[in-house]
Amino acid sequence: MGAFIAFKNVTKKFGALTVVDNLDLEIAKGEFVSLLGPSGSGKTTLLMMLAGFERPTSGEIFLDGKPITHLPPHRRQMGMVFQNYALFPHMTVAENVAFPLEMQRVPRAEIVRRVERALDMVRLGALKDRKPSQLSGGQQQRVALTRALVFEPDVILMDEPLGALDKQLREHMQLEIRDLHRRLGLTIVFVTHDQSEALTMSDRIAVFNAGKIEQIDTPQMVYDRPRTRFVAEFIGETNLVAGKVVDAGGERAVVRVGDAALSVCGNVQPGRDVSLSLRPERIRLGSTPAAANALPVTVADCIYHGDHMRLVLKSGSLELVARAERLAGDWPVGTEAVASFDPQDCTVLAS
Amino acid sequence: MLRALQIVFGVLVVAFLILPIIAILPLAFTSSVFLTYPIPAYSLRWFEELVTADVWRLSIVNSLIIGIGATVLSTVLGTLAALGLRRSALPLAGLLRTLFLLPMVVPAVVLGVGMQILLVRLGLASSYTGVIIAHAVLCVPFVVVSVSAALQGIDPAIERAAMSLGAPPVTVFRRVTLPLAVPGVVSGAVFAFATSLDEVVITLFVAGPNQRTLARQMFSSIRENISPTVAAAALLLIVGTLCLAALAALLRRREKRATALP
Repeated sequence: MGAFIAFKNVTKKFGALTVVDNLDLEIAKGEFVSLLGPSGSGKTTLLMMLAGFERPTSGEIFLDGKPITHLPPHRRQMGMVFQNYALFPHMTVAENVAFPLEMQRVPRAEIVRRVERALDMVRLGALKDRKPSQLSGGQQQRVALTRALVFEPDVILMDEPLGALDKQLREHMQLEIRDLHRRLGLTIVFVTHDQSEALTMSDRIAVFNAGKIEQIDTPQMVYDRPRTRFVAEFIGETNLVAGKVVDAGGERAVVRVGDAALSVCGNVQPGRDVSLSLRPERIRLGSTPAAANALPVTVADCIYHGDHMRLVLKSGSLELVARAERLAGDWPVGTEAVASFDPQDCTVLAS
Repeated sequence: MLRALQIVFGVLVVAFLILPIIAILPLAFTSSVFLTYPIPAYSLRWFEELVTADVWRLSIVNSLIIGIGATVLSTVLGTLAALGLRRSALPLAGLLRTLFLLPMVVPAVVLGVGMQILLVRLGLASSYTGVIIAHAVLCVPFVVVSVSAALQGIDPAIERAAMSLGAPPVTVFRRVTLPLAVPGVVSGAVFAFATSLDEVVITLFVAGPNQRTLARQMFSSIRENISPTVAAAALLLIVGTLCLAALAALLRRREKRATALP
């Protein structure tokens, strides 16, 4: 399948500030792509350019092979869901949802039918004559979503749509949106700064930093095989370990970290200084070595987190954070142990 | 202690503002021919005078014609100005805004003299059109302020949402921006009408004998013969203004309720 949405060499500058920097991005039809990054990384600006609210300083944007860079927003057929919902406060729920259908000059009777069906689908049928100000945040969110979906647009754009909801409701809505995406085969571009949201919902995640995409991959690849230090640190928690490559061949290498030699995954040149990323939950703690890499450690701190414990481990000058499940027993401060981890869990980062 | 002082101070300020108005009102019901206390007996004769005497009746009609004319003109112009000023790309927006608000601060006498010279040049002196234009100049700032405030309360994302849902710019304006700004437009219009209603100074300069408004008639009647009709006219103006102010307040409350999100 070719690219449904394509950004080609897109740059956006606001005055002297480059917000999006010569960026390429391709999104397939039916794909759920999250644009993830800290605020100011250019992800929202990219979405605004896709929606047509901002013009790129240079570069082209294509939709289904046709350039849309200069097409005004109302002719782009993209449903957008905003962070603060952006419902029309002077219209009822039903009028809000009917709006895009009226814009397409759908016959009156059909509008009524489709609005009703759409509202029933999100269990808001009973509230159709209320004004947005009479709804809870979650209900407003569902109205905004329905309004963006009802005219069956080619693409749904979401700009941190769940940011204003509390944690429980947010997680519920994440599943609801994921479910809609699967059922209706929608193409969704989703902007968020919440990494767990991106991991839960997306087919692919584009990690933004300073106007560029650091990595675009499936959630699993982004988490397990971060390509850069930024990605490793931004998504989840990680141990960054500095070392020198002493031996390498194919996809395997040996990296010297302090006194220890660790087998790692990655295609690198011997003699280079590199950083390794090692996720805390990949470290197994025990009394004997249990994997190709094993370091003798001392428990320096133990932090209670309810469902798990976070352990700070010291091995010489090296400090590692590990996650210990409650079932794995207690690790009082001062305990001597062995930290074991597999080579494929040590990812070499491009420094 | 401090709380008690605050209350006393508040009462004094309100009294200071409102007593002169209250002082004149009972005189509207006097049966005497003099505008003085004590009131010998109560009667409605001065209200009768107000609606039967030609000069007074004509001045009320004039006030309504000029007031409505100035309101319509200033509301249209002021709303357009506020919409224009909202564009962030507008060069010198700050300067332009100040210019639009200038009639509020320029001394009325200066504005009156200037208006008179200009309207004579245009052949509009001593005509309804001339007075309406002069009043509208004075009213525009109120409309600009009121509509600008209403527009500022509109989240730009709402208009963007309308665009993304397929609405071309004109439709966005008609279906979203304008309906949300209407309370501001109406309360601006109310202020404009009230301003025109009690305007005297500029009217003195630009109006001929045929455009004598109620406020203008009160002013000259005080100088010529101090009849209690002035008090009756004052009561009429005050009640009218209070009704308008109440209407404006009501609209503002409704606007707040309609756009407020929980």
